[in-house]
Order: sequence, then structure tokens, then C-alpha cells
Amino acid sequence: MKPAPFEYFAPRTLDEALDLLESEGSEARVIAGGQSLVPMLALRLARPEVLIDLNRIPELSGIRQEGSTIHIGAMTRQAHALASSLVFEQLPLLHYGLENVGHPPTRARGTLGGSLSHADPAAETPAVMLAYKADMVLKSKQGERIIPADEFTLGTFDTAIEPGEILAEIRVQAKPNEGAALVELSRRKGDFAMASAAARVSLAADGTCAEAHLIVGAVAPVPLRFDAVTDALKGQKFSEAVVREALELMDLELFEFDNEDICLEYRRKIGPVMAERALLQAFKRAEGMQK
Amino acid sequence: MTLHQVSFTVNGKKVSVEVEPRQTLADVLRGQLGLTGTHLGCEHGVCGACTIIVNGEPARGCLMLGVQAEGAEILTVEGASPDEGLSLIQEALREFHGLQCGFCTPGMVMALHHLFSVNTSPTEEEIKEAISGQLCRCTGYQGIVNAAKAVAQRLQAQQ
Repeated sequence: MKPAPFEYFAPRTLDEALDLLESEGSEARVIAGGQSLVPMLALRLARPEVLIDLNRIPELSGIRQEGSTIHIGAMTRQAHALASSLVFEQLPLLHYGLENVGHPPTRARGTLGGSLSHADPAAETPAVMLAYKADMVLKSKQGERIIPADEFTLGTFDTAIEPGEILAEIRVQAKPNEGAALVELSRRKGDFAMASAAARVSLAADGTCAEAHLIVGAVAPVPLRFDAVTDALKGQKFSEAVVREALELMDLELFEFDNEDICLEYRRKIGPVMAERALLQAFKRAEGMQK
Repeated sequence: MTLHQVSFTVNGKKVSVEVEPRQTLADVLRGQLGLTGTHLGCEHGVCGACTIIVNGEPARGCLMLGVQAEGAEILTVEGASPDEGLSLIQEALREFHGLQCGFCTPGMVMALHHLFSVNTSPTEEEIKEAISGQLCRCTGYQGIVNAAKAVAQRLQAQQ
């Protein structure tokens, strides 16, 4: 349970990190909070020859608002984002999502960018960013690429990040006046989800649903968006019956994961249950904001 | 492999050690610095036995590299205990059967230490959240939660 040997660099600027990434080539890996990569090193599932540590680069951390856009540095700690009043007010789904990420000690080190780049199918952050249609800002020696969330997570542990690129920032449109919820089923709190659902709901003046977004995670290599369900909910007041009827439109054929411990049939049962709870809770929170 | 000279503060004392990049911080604390109070269970971030405080935040000692500790202020269970006797948290764990084999206890103590450093009157939910990353195979957790509740009461009484 000890990592294989590697060389270690701790650059102080993003430019320095990108230089290293280019000069060290394909044997180099970037380490963010290390809450997934260090276990992989310990289990020797990852054996990079060089580790480039982003923890000493101040420009990659922090959350700020510019106009209606929230800029989140990729190295922002999950605990920092969870405690941020800006996140709670402007991006409530991110707040509720982060409550479900790991445990206090892993959130204190773990970063938003690290979680997104790792792309574990059971992770909450890719589902949250998909629900917000966030933009991922990738930096390299060649410049910058901006990739929308739905083109960023490509599969299990697979993203659009190309060799030589580092996820530097996540840009999200502020959504202050809506209800949000992230609900998941796991054996113990903080464990990887067996199914998760993220919902955003905003209301019209008459208290009916004006816009909603629903993402289900941990059931396929990438988080799944169910616009057919949320389209059917537009103009309605949510009740258990209304939401259940809309959830009939959830295409369960998109669910893929079928493991020994959690079979596909079970995931197809709990996915809609998580979605129902998330939608109802988000609607209730949206109502609470209107009062 | 290149060795790195790393300087940081542990339990108020400045230390400087030469480490291989692949050594975890928990290994450095235990091996080079002889601070074996920090336990290593799973060594991949699952069990929480190696939980320490880094710059005021709880962290898994096995999920940080020793080289990453440069300049950090670290508190281990040795630093969270008085020279003689037990801390309030340790005393309550003893009293309420918050441990049996003791393997998880250093991590539990540090997780609770952090909780009480930011919140002197936690609810039961907050206590459970604070120790949610710590595995204990003996107690069934209830004794630990009861101990933490007693600590909260005693801290209130002191105020």
C-alpha cells in the first residue's frame, strides 16, 4: 500500500505548471487535492513517473462573481465552496451537492477541479455542473479552451482534458432565485452513491414550475440529463403524483451500470425514487424562496 | 528518486526532514518523526484512523504526501493530549466506552478535536457528520457519539 516512486514538482504559477506538463510529457500527472489520486497511487492503479502538484498555485483557487457569472478556481477546496455564502446564495445546487461529497477531512483537501477531472461516475460535482450547464476552462501552452459540461465528462474517469491541458476554472451562471436539491442513496453517508439525482427548479409568479433541470448520476459512465421529465413538469405545481407521472418519461434504457453488488434492475428502481425526492425537495425550496 | 528537504511544524515544534516524494505524510510522521500515535489502517483514505489537523483543517494523513507538508502547521493526537492524563475528549471516550481495541481512536480524537475547535455545542447530527469519515469496528459508534455529547455538555458547563 505504498506508492511506486515518482519525481515531484510543486510549481508556484500556472505557467510554470504548464511548462512542466509539456517538458515531462505523458508520464507526468497533475495532482490537485489528491483525495482520489493518492489512493490510486497507494493501490498502484496509477504509476506516474512525475507528479506536478497544483497546491502551491494561488491563482487556481477562489470563488468570485463577475456580473452574472461565478468563477470558481479549479483548486478551490470542496470545504471552502461548501462554506461559501456566495455559493449557497447563487449556486444552491452546488452547495447541496457538496454536502454529499466524501467527509469533512476529504472535503478539506479535495478540490472541485480535481473531482471534475477525476470523473468518477458516482461523483456529485459532474452532475451538478451538468445541471448548471457550466463551462470548463482548460489551459495549455497553446492557450485556452472552453468546454461545456455536457462535452467535458466523456465516460468513466474520462474527460475532454487533452495532454498538456489543466482544468483551471469552472464558470457557472448564477442562479440565485431557484430551489435546488441533490439526493442520493448510499449505504453510509459520504460513501459512493448507488444512484443520485440533482434537481433545479425555478417558479413563475403563479407558483408553477417555470424551468427545471434533472440529472441522475452514478447509474451510467456519465451523468444523465432528463429534459423530457422536466419539460413535462413546466407550468405545474409539484406534488408526488405530478412528479411521478412526469418520471414515467424517464428513459431507464440509459441506465447502464450493472455490478455484482448493485444490479441494473435495482438502479432502475432507485434512480426514479432519487429523482422524485430531489424534484420535490427543490420545488419546496423554490416555494420557500418565493414567500 | 530525488529526496526533498521538508520543513513544517508538528505539535508546535519546528521539524525538518528528508523525504521521498512517495512517502505519505502519515508515514513521515510515524517513521521519521516517531509520532506513532497517528495510526495507519487502510492507507488509501477509507478508514480515517490517520486523521490529523493540517493548518486548522482535518486531513487524512495517508492522502497527503510528506513533501506537501512544507510550511504547514500540523497537529497529531500527541499534540492534542496533555502531557499528563487525558484530554476532555479522551476522558469522555474512556468513560462512555467510545473505544475498545483503540485502533480508530487517534483519528476519532482528531475528528472530534476539530469539531470542538469550530463548534463547542454541536448537535447529535453535527457530531455524526464530524465522525462520518472515521470507521470503528468495535463500538457501533453510539459510545463515541455519547462521549462527544458529554464533551459538549462539559464545555458548556465550563463557560
